[in-house]
Amino acid sequence: MELEKLTCHEIHKLLRSNEITSLEVTSAVISRIEAVEPNVHAYITTTFDEALEQATIVDKELGCGKKLSPLAGIPIAIKDNMCTRGIKTTCGSKILHNFIPPYDAFVIQRLKEAGAIIIGKTNMDEFAMGSSTENSYFGPTRNPWNLDYVPGGTSGGSAAAVSADETIVALGSDTGGSIRQPASFCGVVGLKPTYGRVSRYGLIAHASSFDQIGVLTKDVTDAALLMKVISGYDLADSTSVKIDVPDYSNYLEEGLKDIKIGVPTEYFAEGIDPEVKSTILQAVDLISEIGVRCDDVSMPYTEYAIPCYYILVTSEASSNLARYDGVQYGYRAGSSLLDMYKKTREEGFGGEVKRRIMLGTYALSAGYYDAYYLKAQKVRTLIKQDFDNAFEKYDALITPVSPFPAFKIGEKINDPLQMYLADIYTVTINLAGVPAISIPCRFSKDGLPIGLQIICKPFDEQMLFKIAFALEKILTE
Amino acid sequence: MAITKKEVEQVCSLARLELSDSEKDEFTCQLDSILGYVAKINELETSNILPTSHPILLTNVLREDKVKESLPVEEVLANAPDAGKGHFRVPRII
Repeated sequence: MELEKLTCHEIHKLLRSNEITSLEVTSAVISRIEAVEPNVHAYITTTFDEALEQATIVDKELGCGKKLSPLAGIPIAIKDNMCTRGIKTTCGSKILHNFIPPYDAFVIQRLKEAGAIIIGKTNMDEFAMGSSTENSYFGPTRNPWNLDYVPGGTSGGSAAAVSADETIVALGSDTGGSIRQPASFCGVVGLKPTYGRVSRYGLIAHASSFDQIGVLTKDVTDAALLMKVISGYDLADSTSVKIDVPDYSNYLEEGLKDIKIGVPTEYFAEGIDPEVKSTILQAVDLISEIGVRCDDVSMPYTEYAIPCYYILVTSEASSNLARYDGVQYGYRAGSSLLDMYKKTREEGFGGEVKRRIMLGTYALSAGYYDAYYLKAQKVRTLIKQDFDNAFEKYDALITPVSPFPAFKIGEKINDPLQMYLADIYTVTINLAGVPAISIPCRFSKDGLPIGLQIICKPFDEQMLFKIAFALEKILTE
Repeated sequence: MAITKKEVEQVCSLARLELSDSEKDEFTCQLDSILGYVAKINELETSNILPTSHPILLTNVLREDKVKESLPVEEVLANAPDAGKGHFRVPRII
């Protein structure tokens, strides 16, 4: 049996019936990483020794008949922007190339309590800025389906690792599509929860009113299991919300009776690859055929999402990244105080990060604040209203994840604006703070995966799981 | 032009970034095209719209002001490029 190919729920069953051990699963994943990593480069750091040690501990507990969480003994990969105590956490940047956090992020504490096995830290665009994982200081990750193509970004390492069986499940973070777009490009499931569903404590900040931790998995069932473990209120994150976390797995097989789905026409307009368009619309037809009502719906402010998003995220990022000054951690250069600040940041940050700091600083500077930042915040209200209006009539929305399948490495890297436009169908979700999932739909004629996005009301992840599970079943039949 | 090289230099200094001359030229050109594009939001009339700073409604999240154990000083300073006597050390400023 090739254990690395199994899902978390399959392994859990085999562990409970003592047919396999966590040590065997962990070893299988490590062998797979050693075999394909020279081509894929999904990881920045691997933690094999600690992983094997943890697996042995879980196996002992299993032997004692201890009741275990569904994550116990399961190898998991963590995007390298989540703090792991004692394990290097670089955020894909030279400026944090040697940073070893003295504490665990909230989600890491939760995973450790559940007995999950951290197998390594995955590659990402520097500070989660980009759409292709080409902006990593440690070099790009490649798409396992075709090594000449990008895996998407910014959680490209996590998506590629799940896709190439270099882990069983993974965590990513999503500011404007950074879980869903790589999930779509790599043919895996990726979920961005409602803003406030998962604590951001220990997640290195990019744009604080957008960032949210979520999951990348091989199927919808695994996403439900993992989401249950990482969700919930945390005193250390004042934006995490005190709302009960349902047992998501219980909703998977509820079926789609009386569910109404909206299909926003603006997400199929100019600029979309015809193959992506027909793939998603065919999936909508399939759901209609089983009796689910699917209507066209208009979300008129969609075309303002990219400009609005890039003004707000760069503004928040320019403020958040002010902390990298060569004093408390990471890289330092220069001699006098001002020289130290400037040289540390000049040498420590890559091109895209500097570009965004500049853009954000400009948008927040005196004389421009009202025209850019405040104006964009008002447009955010209008985009959010688009969603509020749609959810008055519909339980969920179905859209493409990206206007096109994965593009070639190097294709867009020299044109920042073109790269930004790749996020057109994902940034709206973060502007509104609603949850969304990307599930694999079909393959393009070139053999690249195409993902489908389902969007629901705030804190209605149950509905996401219900629809995603039903659709996954229809699409694989 | 939405932004000039002189403005780029000003922004650089506000952001504590030192850029080479060729980087300044490149950024002027790229920021100009990005700012030109994002100006699209000005098509919308928003005088009666309230700004959204946050996607969920949360106001004044407070907690009790209790003393808690903090991280050990040595562990925190272990990441510092330069530290000594329980402090971060920086270049002399006076």
